[in-house]
Amino acid sequence: MADPPSDPEQPPQQGSPPEPFTTPPEAPLQAEPETPRSQEMLAAQGWPQGAGLGQYEEPPGGLAYQPYLDENLMLEQLQQGQGSLFQQLESAFQDGQPDPLAQYHAYQREEQPFQPYGGAQHGPYMRDDPSLQFSPSELGFMSYDMEVSEPEPRELAVQNAKAYLLQTSISCDLSLYEHLVNMLTKILNQRPEDPLSILESLNRTTQLEWFHPKLDSLRDDPEMQPTYEMAEKQKTLFIKGGGVEGEQEMEEEVADTAVPNIMESAFYFEQGGVGLSSDESFRLFLALKQLVEQQPIHTCRFWGKVLGLRRSYLVAEVEFREGEEEVEEEEVEELMEGADLTTEAHGEEEGGEEDEEKAADVLPKLQWRPPPVIPREESRSGANKYLYFVCNEPGRPWARLPHVTPAQIVQARKIKKFLTGFLDAPVVSYPPFPGNEANYLRAQIARISAATHISPLGFYQFNEEEGDEEEEGGAGRDSFEENPDFEGLPVFELVDSMANWVHHMQHILPQGRCTWVNPLQKKEEEEELGEEEEKGDEGMEEAEQEIGPPLLTPLSEDAEIMHMSPWTARLSCSLCPQYSVAIVRSNLWPGAYAFAMGNYTLPPTSLSAPLTRLSPAFLINHERAPPAATGRAYLPGLSTRWQGGFS
Amino acid sequence: MDADSLLLSLELASGSGQGLSPDRRASLLTSLLLVKRDYRYSRVLFWGRILGLVADYYIAQGLDEDQLAPRKTLYSLNCMEWSLLPPATEEMITQTSVVKGRFMGDPSHEYEYTELQKMNEGDKVYEEEIVIRIKEETRLVSIIDQIDKAVAIIPRGALFKSPFGPTHVNRTFEGLTLSEAKKLSSYFHFREPIELKNKTLLEKADLDPSLDFMDSLEHDIPKGSWSIQMERGNALVVLRSLLWPGLTFYHAPGTKNCGYIYVGTGEKNMDLPFML
Repeated sequence: MADPPSDPEQPPQQGSPPEPFTTPPEAPLQAEPETPRSQEMLAAQGWPQGAGLGQYEEPPGGLAYQPYLDENLMLEQLQQGQGSLFQQLESAFQDGQPDPLAQYHAYQREEQPFQPYGGAQHGPYMRDDPSLQFSPSELGFMSYDMEVSEPEPRELAVQNAKAYLLQTSISCDLSLYEHLVNMLTKILNQRPEDPLSILESLNRTTQLEWFHPKLDSLRDDPEMQPTYEMAEKQKTLFIKGGGVEGEQEMEEEVADTAVPNIMESAFYFEQGGVGLSSDESFRLFLALKQLVEQQPIHTCRFWGKVLGLRRSYLVAEVEFREGEEEVEEEEVEELMEGADLTTEAHGEEEGGEEDEEKAADVLPKLQWRPPPVIPREESRSGANKYLYFVCNEPGRPWARLPHVTPAQIVQARKIKKFLTGFLDAPVVSYPPFPGNEANYLRAQIARISAATHISPLGFYQFNEEEGDEEEEGGAGRDSFEENPDFEGLPVFELVDSMANWVHHMQHILPQGRCTWVNPLQKKEEEEELGEEEEKGDEGMEEAEQEIGPPLLTPLSEDAEIMHMSPWTARLSCSLCPQYSVAIVRSNLWPGAYAFAMGNYTLPPTSLSAPLTRLSPAFLINHERAPPAATGRAYLPGLSTRWQGGFS
Repeated sequence: MDADSLLLSLELASGSGQGLSPDRRASLLTSLLLVKRDYRYSRVLFWGRILGLVADYYIAQGLDEDQLAPRKTLYSLNCMEWSLLPPATEEMITQTSVVKGRFMGDPSHEYEYTELQKMNEGDKVYEEEIVIRIKEETRLVSIIDQIDKAVAIIPRGALFKSPFGPTHVNRTFEGLTLSEAKKLSSYFHFREPIELKNKTLLEKADLDPSLDFMDSLEHDIPKGSWSIQMERGNALVVLRSLLWPGLTFYHAPGTKNCGYIYVGTGEKNMDLPFML
């Protein structure tokens, strides 16, 4: 059975090796028409059909016309041992010509383009194709081997095709058929425009869906875990602290609370194009409310947001109620004193070592003594007037920032570093900054506040009771109160001239404090340490008193930065100037804004809130100091000149 | 950001604190629509706002079908009337690199820059001070171009390249997953690739040519010039450029919303290596 058909083929197959196992690698090298022949040779020799399967895994290029993949393969699979195969083989090689090209011609005779079942038929295997002209009479022979009645040729072809498409490979459970079904279903459901151009993307998406199915709905998606946690935390913000205190709280809330009206300020800032989105502002409001509940706070204000590398900071400026602050302050002071002691002890040790070495070698005495540490300001005064709390996101706990020392302010003027978002991160810089990120942030907050907290002229006035002239040091008055008679300025005036705005935070002197402290006075206390130190003192006896501009100085006195005015004032909306708000932007600290409403020509009864609203600077900043400020505040000899706007 | 989804995009990008006032937003919605019609752009992006001393510039860009083709830039002072800017040339960029400081806000303002140039007159060689005037419009063009080339980004998969050449918006882009969104390698520079050909063959073998045809952010110099943060409790990923402070890119993972906006003074942060 096997031999007769193989005879006519063997002469032409000079190139084909006798071994069936080597045919797969050689299949692509052989000419197109020959590959089926080796296949048939296999079949002819009774080898299992699977041996030749390998070469048909990828359809040869010439069979590309066929929308269904090579049916030869199917036939191999399904018609195992059928005598019909061999009859079909015979029919193809009627001529038995040895010339491979002639065989190719034979194939071409059979070629009928655009046929549904394999137009470019390179093989003699399409015997079930009803449209084939060479539908042989040998079909009649098929039945001699079969026990089951043959289905119609067309149906057979369909089954063959489907069976092929349904096959799955070892690596994947999904067959091509199922994938095509999924993809077509998806396209038909979604009906995208121009599906042909996005066919590849659709294909990829469908494949992805198979390989990355949605997780079990009973389990939470692990990726979303942090999101859910954050949402839980924020949920607690929204829940009111209930219980027995509920009624009391209601009364308190209706009355004065320390929590500012964030939403209102946010509205006005939004007019100027500044601010967080409204829902973020609301969350912020709730977070501030939480802070007020947790800490004994007298007044509270949203200072601003500082962007960091990994996380950002939301800063709240608060004032504690009287007496509440002292407990924590003492702890902080103890730490500071401890630090001072260690530095002094170190100084003594150095003196001791030098004495010992004198006997052996005369070393030059250390002349340099570190400059005296300038004491930080008391709480509630100067740069430490307010206390600052920070949090990373509404819902997270608030952390308190330590008070700022003059040394930190001085160093902060010299460096420019990004904040990472973690309060305990070290600040690595040159010159070295004495402290970690919490201190650096606090120092920058102090500088920014001193430079950019402004208010319209007349909104604040000095207390009349203080004996201003008696205070020395040129610090001037340092407290003020709201002016009850303030009627507000028209918006145009606020925008036109910077003289209508004043600073209401004290200027920080080059020393790092708002009120000047003579460092030499402290030195006299340290005379006990020894004579050597006194000699060092002689060079520093003269310390100029640093004078800064007094409080409530108008902005027009601020010095220019590089020929640029340090402030830009604008109306929020040029299309409706009568209702717009004056927005003042700092050019020195980008991100610092202040707004003020002008007074309306409406009668005062129509608005329940005061007609003018002041808002101190709202800052969003990447924590960089403008270099001009740093440079100029630093030159010696300029300390007595008003630098205004620089701190 | 796409002008079609302007309101949502502004909301998402508001974490940086600078946005637009309601009147500007309303004007933009109207005027960008008209710009799209008049200039026949297929997509109009609101690029951002450059803060000037006197006035701010509002910048928009129009794109044709091919997303990577050079974009047309328009500017406006009041968000209503838009003027087309000329395309940037190398010469413009070098010329305006000497100008420092903030923008004035007046497009016809001229910066004066004195330069010493050697003049040859016969046998004499002397240096003469020449005052070069640079128009603010030129400076605007070059700054926008530099910012675009340096920090305009797009997530991986948002655009795909068809075999015929043009780059299209991928309409089946479903957004990055949360884990992908936190990696710098999932974001590409929205410009013609420069470093792609420097990749080794091994790396190129892993790339998908239809999706990975632009430079990713991983190899940006200096390293760490991007800050990735999650906001809104992990529901939004925000990338901020530290080289050009003011550029914010936002993306809500799992959704198609993404875009970037620049609101800033138009100054490069030259101190970046020291600040990191």
